[in-house]
Amino acid sequence: MLRRPHYIALGLVGLLTVILLNLPTRTAGRIKLVIASTFLPIFGIDRTARQLTREAGAATTSRKELERQNDELRRTNQWLQIQAMKAATLERENDQLRQFIGRSRQAPVTLKFARVIGRDPANWWQSIVIDLGSRDGMRPDLAVRTADGLVGRLSEVTPATSKVELIGNPTCKVSALVEKTGEIGIITSSAGLFDTSLVALSYFSSSSISKPGQTVVTSGLGAIFPKGIPIGQIAEEAHPVEFGLRAEGRVKLAANLGSLEEVWVVVQ
Amino acid sequence: MNWLMRILIFLAAMVAVYLESSFDGFRNWFGAQIDLLPALMVYAALTCSLAFVTVLAVAGGLWFDSLSANPLGISILPLLMVGLLIHGRRELILRDQLFAHYVLGLAASAVVPVATVILLLTLGHKPLIFWGSLWQWLVMTLGGGLAAPVIFRLFDWLDRALSYRPVFETSFRPDREIRRGRS
Repeated sequence: MLRRPHYIALGLVGLLTVILLNLPTRTAGRIKLVIASTFLPIFGIDRTARQLTREAGAATTSRKELERQNDELRRTNQWLQIQAMKAATLERENDQLRQFIGRSRQAPVTLKFARVIGRDPANWWQSIVIDLGSRDGMRPDLAVRTADGLVGRLSEVTPATSKVELIGNPTCKVSALVEKTGEIGIITSSAGLFDTSLVALSYFSSSSISKPGQTVVTSGLGAIFPKGIPIGQIAEEAHPVEFGLRAEGRVKLAANLGSLEEVWVVVQ
Repeated sequence: MNWLMRILIFLAAMVAVYLESSFDGFRNWFGAQIDLLPALMVYAALTCSLAFVTVLAVAGGLWFDSLSANPLGISILPLLMVGLLIHGRRELILRDQLFAHYVLGLAASAVVPVATVILLLTLGHKPLIFWGSLWQWLVMTLGGGLAAPVIFRLFDWLDRALSYRPVFETSFRPDREIRRGRS
């Protein structure tokens, strides 16, 4: 049976909750960052422990195995250098052609490597925490990707860490372009029955001609995500919704969001 | 319960939130993360004072929300509700029974996420709810139910190990010794 002290506690905490929920977004964000910073010592201990484990693992790896890995990496490095040179040549050509037709140069893009150090503890949001923060030049709304494709965007940034809202989270909408047909839609939220790697591609034209298997990339509209980052492939043909006013399809994401360990932040 | 135990419960809440954020084992195996705060709240409600239960709900909720995309403060009320309901009826609960730990952990772990999502929807947020969320809820409920007895065992053991136990005096007093036989 609840007694008077219980009701007083409930009333006080209810009042505190109402105040917290009605704080301006910026103030609430700052308070969140202050509270989250209490975890920094634990994050530090965790990072050191992982590093020590890695170092211990490296110390126990045989010289033969290390030499084999080194050879493999050297070959991959040479191949990537050749690809980079080819890409640089193509970029120069592209710039010259853009100048010919009177279009401005594309903004240079730099990628910053980040490790995933945490995930959203709540199952109803999809976000991760990375080990780069404002002191590394991070700021909200920068795009995050892996080698496979788009991952999401930065939403909250502390001096040492940043939170990334993953694609498929209802708050992370992405303007998407079907490469082959040039149709534009918006990636809204996860659309799989049990599979979060399927996302809904909404606001398509009702006369869409996109077919399963076609590649979907970022359209560059909206100024958050640079154009051309792969998102995935169309998994299901668009079907009309809302009395045929628009169509909605499903996209299989290229990046595996369930096993993210390392990501790249796109700094423009 | 002494102050050291209270600090340990606070630390456990903090570490639980951290592990939920950084340990992906359950998420990779079962497709859902288990929330240990409701089970910890059950232990606190059956063992500690009302003030401590309230502070734990506030601290736990704020820690959880700070690492989550939840709006700040949304997790406090569900945790406190569970804590108050159990604290208000703790004279009627068989605190030392394993079955009671399991059932209370199960119920608390089932109620807290549902109440949080209802609050989120009421406030106009759009959490990621799909058919798979039912499975996630089931995993969270069962996980919390299984965690509760472990938390009870662990903290009861720590309480015994860390708190002062008064030595019971015998009733023997030399001045009240009854001498038998003939003197």
